[in-house]
Amino acid sequence: MSEAVITTDKLTKRFGDFVAVSEISFEVDKGEIFGFLGANGAGKTTAMRMLCGLSIPSSGKATIAGFDVYKQTEQIKKNIGYMSQKFSLYEDLTVLENIRFFGGIYGLTDKQIKTKSDQLINQLGLQQEVKKLVVSLPLGWKQKLSFSVAVLHEPKIVFLDEPTGGVDPVTRRQFWDLIYDAADRGVTIFVTTHYMDEAEYCNRISIMVDGVIKALDTPRKLKDNFHAANMDEVFYELARGAKRSE
Amino acid sequence: MEQNGRAENAVVVRNLVKVYGKEKTAVDHVSFSVKPGEIFGLIGPDGAGKTSIFRVLTTLLLPDGGSATVDGLDVVKDYKQIRNRVGYMPGKFSLYQDLSVEENLNFFATVFDTTVEANYHLIKEIYDQLEPFKKRRAGKLSGGMKQKLALCCALIHKPVVLFLDEPTTGVDPVSRKEFWEMLKQLKTQNITIVVSTPYMDEANMCDEIALIQSGRLLSVDTPGNIVKSYPEQLYAVKADNMHKLLKLLRSYDKVMNSYAFGEFAHVSFKDPQVNISEVTDYLKQEGLADIELRTTAVTIEDSFIKLL
Repeated sequence: MSEAVITTDKLTKRFGDFVAVSEISFEVDKGEIFGFLGANGAGKTTAMRMLCGLSIPSSGKATIAGFDVYKQTEQIKKNIGYMSQKFSLYEDLTVLENIRFFGGIYGLTDKQIKTKSDQLINQLGLQQEVKKLVVSLPLGWKQKLSFSVAVLHEPKIVFLDEPTGGVDPVTRRQFWDLIYDAADRGVTIFVTTHYMDEAEYCNRISIMVDGVIKALDTPRKLKDNFHAANMDEVFYELARGAKRSE
Repeated sequence: MEQNGRAENAVVVRNLVKVYGKEKTAVDHVSFSVKPGEIFGLIGPDGAGKTSIFRVLTTLLLPDGGSATVDGLDVVKDYKQIRNRVGYMPGKFSLYQDLSVEENLNFFATVFDTTVEANYHLIKEIYDQLEPFKKRRAGKLSGGMKQKLALCCALIHKPVVLFLDEPTTGVDPVSRKEFWEMLKQLKTQNITIVVSTPYMDEANMCDEIALIQSGRLLSVDTPGNIVKSYPEQLYAVKADNMHKLLKLLRSYDKVMNSYAFGEFAHVSFKDPQVNISEVTDYLKQEGLADIELRTTAVTIEDSFIKLL
């Protein structure tokens, strides 16, 4: 039996007269890789902020890892990981210091932090870099490290906001290996991207246009439904009529 | 060098080097040339050195080695003339946020000693979309609109060469397509365009491209020639479990190279005479189903991965 770890029901966010997110309803299962796509300004970031417990919805319902987005935002934050292209690590701390810092924030014990950091450094092959400042790492390594830090406390769900923007094609794929591994361990992945080939790596995808979820299905079914050769065409078909941009 | 009052090459870069501090070599002996009227793409990830090259060519940064010319003029000696002849749209939003759309455009025209009217034909198609918002402050525009205004401002003095540094980064696929349509329009106006992007699929919109990584050029040619020079036959394969498929391919001794590529995995084999049914059988044996294996066309992204 599949077990939903994200459930939303007519989740809505208004800013004055502007409806940024309008009655979105969907479920994401444990261990699923869920692609959350949309044009610039479609409302993805606002929706994600509600799901992460950072923004209280205007109406509708949602539970994240079993916790309510209105009342249990602190529990939500403890049970999720978050990484974006913009905010990830502290650049003037070393690799090891970043791991220890985030481990501490998420309440891991010193012993857990030690075990986790050894594991992580081996897995990423960062043995030579542990004492280097993060600022000196190439972007691709930063992103991989940043993902690993976001799942350090073994969250139920990890939210990734355009994690691979500007990264070279080889590193982008290594990044997806990390995503697959985490999903295999049962971590639910909620990811946004502008790379349509990455949309194909997701189990299911939703496409948001002007605050509304216009389509939600597996990549295969979306392509069939839209008689499209690839996800790029599906996206174009749905988003070209968008009235909003960021 | 000069032919009909125009340089033979719009841009020439020879052994260009740019070093920051003691160690950080951002641009490492880069050479390429751009023909007048073509769209030339610098394709590579963040940190490849694209912006440093743009800043040298727009005379905002001095090279530490090598040389470069723009419209036949030297980037070091003739920087003042170059500045009149180029348009530059930096990666980060470069307009005056507190000026209106109209004011920004007038400002850039005035700085270059011209008027909006004089070259209006160049920007008309793009500006038509901005016209309804001309009294709005630039800072209050949407991302797509800001981008269009920045392009208008970079064009208003009718530059010989237009430099666009990552104009489509972080932009959704629909807006990216629109932006490239605008560039194609500009090409018909005979403006040379040098554009950088981390999106490999945009390479095909260029006449010629340079693939760049860590300050070094991997290849310079037409997109068509780059994919043609791919040394092996490439195959696309899919099955019911992508993650497992990727793992299996990676550990399979017949495989030279394999990686995810959208719905498929792309694979090349060590033996050019590889028996495809043998591969399919192997994958079946290992527990995969719905296997589909066929030859596929090489893309720029495949070439980039191969050259890394």
